[in-house]
Amino acid sequence: MSLLSTLARLQAVRSGVAQPLATVRHRHLSERPFVLVPLAAAGETGAPLAVLLGQDRQHPRLLTVPQPLDRDLRFAFLARVGDELLPYLESFGGDVELLERSVKDPESGEKTVEVRELCADAPQLVVPNPGGVELLGLFGRSTRFRRTAEDPDPGPYPAPARVPLLGRWLTHVSDRANVPGSSMLLPLTTTLARHWATGQSSLEDAHLGALLAWISPPEGGRGEEAALRAENGRDERGQLLVPPAGPATDPDFDSLLLAPAITRYDAARAAQDERLTQARAEEIDALLGAVLLPVWHQVWQGLDLLRTLPPGAHVADRWESDRWSYTGHRDRVAAGEPPQPLHDDAVTAARRLAQREREQVRVDLEEALDDPLAMAEHRLAGQAFAGEVVEVQPAYDTSGRSPKPRPLVTVRTEDRPHLDPGGEAHRAGGPASQKAQLVELDAEAGLLTLRLLNGMGRKKEPEPGTVPEPGEQVCFTLFELAPRQSAPLPDPEDTPWTHGGPPK
Amino acid sequence: MTTPSPSSPATSTPTSTPTPTPGEQADAAVAAILAAALHGGERGTVVDSPPGAGKSTLVVRAARELVATGERLMIVAQTNSQVDDLVDRLAEADPALAVGRLHGSDALPSEIAMRHPGVVASTKVGDLRELPVVVSTAAKWQWVKETDPWRHAIVDEAYQMRSDALLAVARLFERALFVGDPGQLDPFSIVGTDDWAGQHHDPSQSAVVTLLAHNPGIVPHRLPVSWRLPASAAPLVSDAFYPFTPFRAGTEPGDRRLELGPPTTASGTTLEQAADEVLDVAAESGWGLLELPARLTVRTDPEAVAAVAAVVARLLARGGTAHSERGSAPVDADRIAVGTAHRDQAAAVRGALAALGVTGVTVDTANRLQGREYDVTVVLHPLSGRPDATAFHLETGRLCVLASRHRHACIVVTRAGIPELLDAHPSTEPVQLGVVSKFPDGWEANHAVLEHLRRFRVPVR
Amino acid sequence: MNHSTHPRVDQPLTPLEARLTALRGGAAARSMDARALAALAANPGCDRRAVLDAAGVDKAALAARLGSPAAFGQSPFAITRGLVFERRLRAERCTELAALLRRELLPEEAAQLPVAVPDLLAAEGPAVRAARTRTALVEAVSDAAAGRAWTLLDRPLLRLEVAGSAVSLEPDAIVIGPDERWTVVEIKSFPILDGGADPAKVGAAARQAAVYVLALRATAMALDPAATTTAGNAAGAGATPHAATASSASGADEAGRSEQGPSAPASDVVSARPAGLPVSPYAEPAGLAAAVRTTGLLVCPRDFSNAAVAAPLDLRKQLAVTRRQLARMTRIETLLAVLPEGARLDEAPGAVDSLAHAYAPDCLAACELAFHCRSQARAAGAVEVLGRGVRGELGSLTTVEAALAATAAGGALARAARLREEALAR
Repeated sequence: MSLLSTLARLQAVRSGVAQPLATVRHRHLSERPFVLVPLAAAGETGAPLAVLLGQDRQHPRLLTVPQPLDRDLRFAFLARVGDELLPYLESFGGDVELLERSVKDPESGEKTVEVRELCADAPQLVVPNPGGVELLGLFGRSTRFRRTAEDPDPGPYPAPARVPLLGRWLTHVSDRANVPGSSMLLPLTTTLARHWATGQSSLEDAHLGALLAWISPPEGGRGEEAALRAENGRDERGQLLVPPAGPATDPDFDSLLLAPAITRYDAARAAQDERLTQARAEEIDALLGAVLLPVWHQVWQGLDLLRTLPPGAHVADRWESDRWSYTGHRDRVAAGEPPQPLHDDAVTAARRLAQREREQVRVDLEEALDDPLAMAEHRLAGQAFAGEVVEVQPAYDTSGRSPKPRPLVTVRTEDRPHLDPGGEAHRAGGPASQKAQLVELDAEAGLLTLRLLNGMGRKKEPEPGTVPEPGEQVCFTLFELAPRQSAPLPDPEDTPWTHGGPPK
Repeated sequence: MTTPSPSSPATSTPTSTPTPTPGEQADAAVAAILAAALHGGERGTVVDSPPGAGKSTLVVRAARELVATGERLMIVAQTNSQVDDLVDRLAEADPALAVGRLHGSDALPSEIAMRHPGVVASTKVGDLRELPVVVSTAAKWQWVKETDPWRHAIVDEAYQMRSDALLAVARLFERALFVGDPGQLDPFSIVGTDDWAGQHHDPSQSAVVTLLAHNPGIVPHRLPVSWRLPASAAPLVSDAFYPFTPFRAGTEPGDRRLELGPPTTASGTTLEQAADEVLDVAAESGWGLLELPARLTVRTDPEAVAAVAAVVARLLARGGTAHSERGSAPVDADRIAVGTAHRDQAAAVRGALAALGVTGVTVDTANRLQGREYDVTVVLHPLSGRPDATAFHLETGRLCVLASRHRHACIVVTRAGIPELLDAHPSTEPVQLGVVSKFPDGWEANHAVLEHLRRFRVPVR
Repeated sequence: MNHSTHPRVDQPLTPLEARLTALRGGAAARSMDARALAALAANPGCDRRAVLDAAGVDKAALAARLGSPAAFGQSPFAITRGLVFERRLRAERCTELAALLRRELLPEEAAQLPVAVPDLLAAEGPAVRAARTRTALVEAVSDAAAGRAWTLLDRPLLRLEVAGSAVSLEPDAIVIGPDERWTVVEIKSFPILDGGADPAKVGAAARQAAVYVLALRATAMALDPAATTTAGNAAGAGATPHAATASSASGADEAGRSEQGPSAPASDVVSARPAGLPVSPYAEPAGLAAAVRTTGLLVCPRDFSNAAVAAPLDLRKQLAVTRRQLARMTRIETLLAVLPEGARLDEAPGAVDSLAHAYAPDCLAACELAFHCRSQARAAGAVEVLGRGVRGELGSLTTVEAALAATAAGGALARAARLREEALAR
């Protein structure tokens, strides 16, 4: 944790309410998100118990598995999830932008224009926490390879027809959630914790109820007490007042309420009493609905809180990457490509790591550019400085054929950048990307004189507006403001001997 | 920063005992390595080299032998300064050798490399590809487009190279010699890499780990003798950091001697007196531990920084002479380094030294001191004054780098109480199935080193 | 997966044992189970936890009496699932487990060698069970040496001295192979999915297995007639001389070594191997203790199924760490000194507060008493409640109030406060 966020937490302890960690919203929020609150069956890997889902805040849809050990019931459940979710996921595939780019034919070297489709919008799934992301990933893993009755060789336990397709989509969105800055599948606790600092630890922030208790404590109450109630408060039956946001249920709920209900359901089924079985299943629905509905409302409350912040300037750009990702997956499904493999081959793994690293650098940079609180982290760390321009002296580089503008800009700052004369800095928030070199440093007075090196046009005099003026507020970083390009990698079929050769 | 050739004067005395001398051990290892690189049945040869074991000497020698076969050689290093250093060494060793220095447009080669007439620099591989040797960073090699592969490559500091970087450059060569120190800092990623943990080709792990996993026939060679570390340091560093691949010092106790001028400041401050005292201990024994009273502090603990600066200043003021198998030479500022864990600590030490009028001493973080060598090092202990340890501070490679840069003596400056801090540290390290454990454990190594250093303790009162 | 308790057996209690028995109100001592080991790993510096675990106090019950019940329990579904998995492996004298272990641990040429699964008297008290385990180990070694059988010890019981007090340990299984090497087997209910498993859980299993290896080494040394003269050289359990002397109250003066100040730089330090350089922590012991393999075997459900799959665990790091940890632990007697003689936590749970806690948020996932300690830490305004990492940022400022006051005093916190204010003012 950085000193700045530590300070924010300290301030939250004193004030009894969470303190802002961002002045803008750093994640995209869809106009029509699809919320899922999934629960897992305890002890069974990736086995669903229930989910509350939908786009309509007032009318969520509840799906349950009355006996989680029953594989048929599990797949019936996943088929129903697919019925709800797939139409939503697929609904973004039709509305596209057409983008042109010129490409060079590798054989002939001729330039041709390529037209590509980019979906105008993409789906956004919201789950309460990273556990929800992981569970969706497990659903994807357990279903995308399933054979269905439509397969030539359906096997002994064919899954319902659209279940493998759901598995591929869930795999895609949960993979995408690992890409820094993406918003296609948002875990709410992490997203909220990016924007607010509570008076508790980050471990405790993983509890959605406690986190919300700090961000918006009840009227006249303090976050600490509200969070304690959310974590630990129990009713006279020994049940939590604020049910956990999943995917695990409270063990006391399991033992006191759910287990007996499942036992009754099993008995009714064993007696082959269809009406009673149905009634018992509805009892289970009622139990699970009662612990899911509070979380459902918490998720929407969290989204409301996030919407109070204006979006950061680069959020739309990053959402475009999500749209590309969505479009690509849509195309792979349409092209009949096989489901995502269990393990990446060497080249794919390296490509995906490179993508994630690039996106991490990008989101860090963009957040700093969009949000003075994020930039403050770099300023405090000596990696950036901001202040007022106190003097501008025109100067020129006359070494070339025609003189080029290299004006000297003196900035007064209270920051203490780790920058020595000769070192490079990059102007943040300027009209264009602009590099500068520190010429002179007066640490006592907080005065830095920088020579601007580019971004001023091709003429002898700088283009208007490209050089800051005295009195103007400026900010420079010691790091470059664009992520570096990743190096090219071989095609998988050209995997070298050092990495085991081409995949078999 | 030159390492003696494996048959250094100190060990050339013929011996009749069956136990090989360090020089003989090292020569045998190098001969086997060169044979494997040239004619071995495997396309890859791996050499593990502990600190100061003559890795650079090996690289230069291997390069010359590979070139002598008439084949073209490419050399991959990890940083621009490593590349410049290698180019310089190659040209020193063989002024007639034409060496290509491939570089990026924003990273001009250093003057050290370019002072040799045989060295040609270019940003385009096409200008250099017919030269017998071309040297560049992995980052630059990755961008070299389709070309006839080189017959041989040498990959230097291979343990600091990531698997994905090797994946991007491996198409450029047919056979390769990988040389590196497994005990130094691992490569890392700024994002989570659990998705690939335990898989042979995890792109975030070291290139050597991937190579060995895919080529089980490759048995790593080992350079068994450290020519840098003195007899007082090699056993500790070997035990604490290379528990399964031990090495020895190339010199015997008494072969190296650090002679200091008398402590002139009888009237000095307590700190100066303690600094003098710890310098005497270190000159005598090779180690010194200057211990400040226990206190929780911020990273740039002003007292600890002042103590580091005082030790350096007193060392320079007293004037030292380093006697070794290479002869005798004064311990000037350029033979002294200060190592820290964090950049802001290094900056604070630089400031403190400047205030004392000391210039020319290298002050840097462990990351940047990798591969460097000095007569005397002064280390600000990574855990000094901290209320808790973190994975960063416990990383084995960090302490290993800091404790293995010296030829004569290493002085560690710290707050008291680190063993207790370590005792209270949670041992909840995650374990990934299928991932080969990297040894040793950082927590254990920290304890082991401190336990040893306690014997050379000088408290600041 | 062992949560058993057992009645004391009929041996006279040492004064320390008597005190610990009183502390838990005469209730049965809990063995050092996975949860206690996890709590130790999560917070080795906590005196409160150290005493409670050494005494075998039921911390969940204590937390409830203190009015801060633990937040974690295990779902009956998970317990059932774990039990079903284990029971199936152990059914009919461990038929399925033995088949799996045969595949994983035995060379092909031993495929036909019969397996012995001796009765280890699981219903008896710890002293009897420990004695039975020792006998079974001796028999197993001779069976292996004679080529008669390899042996699977199902739920053996080992004793190990931790911080001067003996604790019971119950590994899931131990295999004595035809090569006479011993392997610790850990059965866990978390899945191995596509060859990978939750690293936090695997780490905990590895640390647990490492403790068993140390206990097994100590047991082997006690059984080894040849080892009596060199006992304690490198077996490295808590029972080594190192342990006996290393844990003085301060924990600082190690191994009885006297302070060697600068005035006496030892002349022997320049010998080829400096005297006093400890034996490598990775060195394997000699004698019978060397039979214990440093690679354990983890047995888990595979993917989404109930079928068992095994994975090797390299325990060398955990062994080195655990060995030093155990050797450096403060002795329980020392920690007990702050408690009134004859203190009973069943009658006066508040007595636990005289033991110093070292709360950190990580405790919430590992220790039943965490909510109680958290409320105390919060009341004291300790910065640790915000996370372990926070302390590192704040240095000597250990309370929230002190840290906030420092924002007015210049320095990094003041700069941070200025930057926050400036950014939020926009």
